Amino acid sequence: MELSMAVSKRFPGSFELKTDFTVAGEQVGVFGVSGSGKSTLVGLIAGLLEPDRGEIVLDGDCLFNSERGINLPPQQRRVAIVFQDSCLFPHLSVEANLLYGYRRCPARHRQIDVKSLVSVLQLDGLLDRGVNRLSGGEKQRVALGRAILANPRLLLMDESLSALDDALKLQIIHYLKRASEKFRIPYLFISHSLLEVRLLTDQVLAMGGGRVLGQTTPEQLARERMGQSQVGYINLLQVEKLRKMGGLYVYRWGMEELFVSAGDDEAMAVFELSSRDIILFTRHPEAVSARNLLKCTVMDTFPSGNKVGVELRCGHETLIAEVVVQAADDLAIQARNEVYAVIKASSFRRLS
Amino acid sequence: MPVLSSTDFDAIVLSIKVALTATLLSLPFGFLYAYLMTFFKFRAKVLLEVLVNLPLTLPPVVMGYLLLLALGKNGWFAPLLDFLGVRLIFTWKAAVLASALVGFPLLVRSIRLAMESIDGRLIQASRTLGAGSLDSLLTVILPLSRTGLVAGSSLMFARSMGEFGATIIVAGNIPGVTRTIPLAIYDYAGSPDGEPAALVLCVVAIALSVLVLLVHESLTRKLARRQ
Repeated sequence: MELSMAVSKRFPGSFELKTDFTVAGEQVGVFGVSGSGKSTLVGLIAGLLEPDRGEIVLDGDCLFNSERGINLPPQQRRVAIVFQDSCLFPHLSVEANLLYGYRRCPARHRQIDVKSLVSVLQLDGLLDRGVNRLSGGEKQRVALGRAILANPRLLLMDESLSALDDALKLQIIHYLKRASEKFRIPYLFISHSLLEVRLLTDQVLAMGGGRVLGQTTPEQLARERMGQSQVGYINLLQVEKLRKMGGLYVYRWGMEELFVSAGDDEAMAVFELSSRDIILFTRHPEAVSARNLLKCTVMDTFPSGNKVGVELRCGHETLIAEVVVQAADDLAIQARNEVYAVIKASSFRRLS
Repeated sequence: MPVLSSTDFDAIVLSIKVALTATLLSLPFGFLYAYLMTFFKFRAKVLLEVLVNLPLTLPPVVMGYLLLLALGKNGWFAPLLDFLGVRLIFTWKAAVLASALVGFPLLVRSIRLAMESIDGRLIQASRTLGAGSLDSLLTVILPLSRTGLVAGSSLMFARSMGEFGATIIVAGNIPGVTRTIPLAIYDYAGSPDGEPAALVLCVVAIALSVLVLLVHESLTRKLARRQ
């Protein structure tokens, strides 16, 4: 997917969206706080809003050009949206919702088989139901299926996960990734959640004040925002359960063992760990109350606000810790140093 | 115990026929008008709004008189009607027209209420899924306005059943042809021993109205719940 947008759109009041970017990729994120212009961007790409001037080109096809008087209506753009709160048609069954776009898609574009989509999204048992008898997660799965079955060349995920709790979020993320890869549908994932953007995209447009501020990777974006973020940089740790010991759970993380309070009996899990919850020692601390002591190598340091981010390598895994500038100077932290990272067992937050 | 005479029976059947025809004829126009007013912005909107709602406040007699001037033998539309070979004045069709004009604002009001409660993103979703605006109108807006359509129709039907002022001027009061329930009651009220017959027709009118209003009430409740 390649999308270029050089457009401006002014709204009554003072907000103006002005962009000039080209982005290519299959899993692209658009990140920004609310009011930054993300939803306007969605409307412009889908054809629900008309720019004042400029040009929008998707995969070589011109969707909008003010000079040449081109403005494809939404139904001809083949750009489907999954909204925040599913927006299923309340008067139709699940099956009729799913087929709404499919039936309207010209035969030459129909590449997705209904049956295989239903099985990928595990919608089999829901088809005959009315949409008002679905749970939040089921609704969003149906909305995703409905959009994919329209055989779009681009899927716009407009804050599609924001209304779901963490467990459902991960479930939908899993389905979205599977479906997007299996049916080769690129998506633009719009969100104000850095975590979602990191889990779902490999590059990201950062938006603010109606402008695209930059194009970067989610990892880079997360590091840049570490210093100003309330929660620091969130490390995502994929772990495997080993055993239970006392009140703690023991997980394998790469070549290390981690002691975690908030574990459970699932075999695999993902934990969040804030960069702020990691304390660094340059020498082995003899006695600490924290249950996790990891010997790491400093790979890199980077400034972020008034903090210094420290990229650590523990075995084959990477951790980001943060220290204030003075601490970095006092400890003389620099690349290739060996340090000890100390983490309390209660600092891990379970994601799934 | 007074019973319905055959002319009363004719009046009841005619009333229902006129009200039903007026309502069914108005439905597509009411739907389109409500669609226009709900989803579009245009210059003459306020003017149109006033014109359509005028029959709500205008004396029905005025409506009837204007209709008579327009459709009568030497009326404004006489050449057109002559050309089409249609005679409206003093037929049941004129009663239909009078009822339609007077009841239309009530019909539109309920449909608009239903349309305004439709989440705009449902329409946007249908558009991005490949539906053109007409397709969207028929497959999303129409089914979701269903409650309003039925509620508005029932209200308009009830109003048409009671139409008197405009009807008597433009359709006259011809037994078996244009004499509806209200006109029949008017006749009975004017004759010396017509009171029992008038009362029977009153009971019939009340029963029909209550029935229709009950239907309307339950539908608007359903609509309010959805909002």
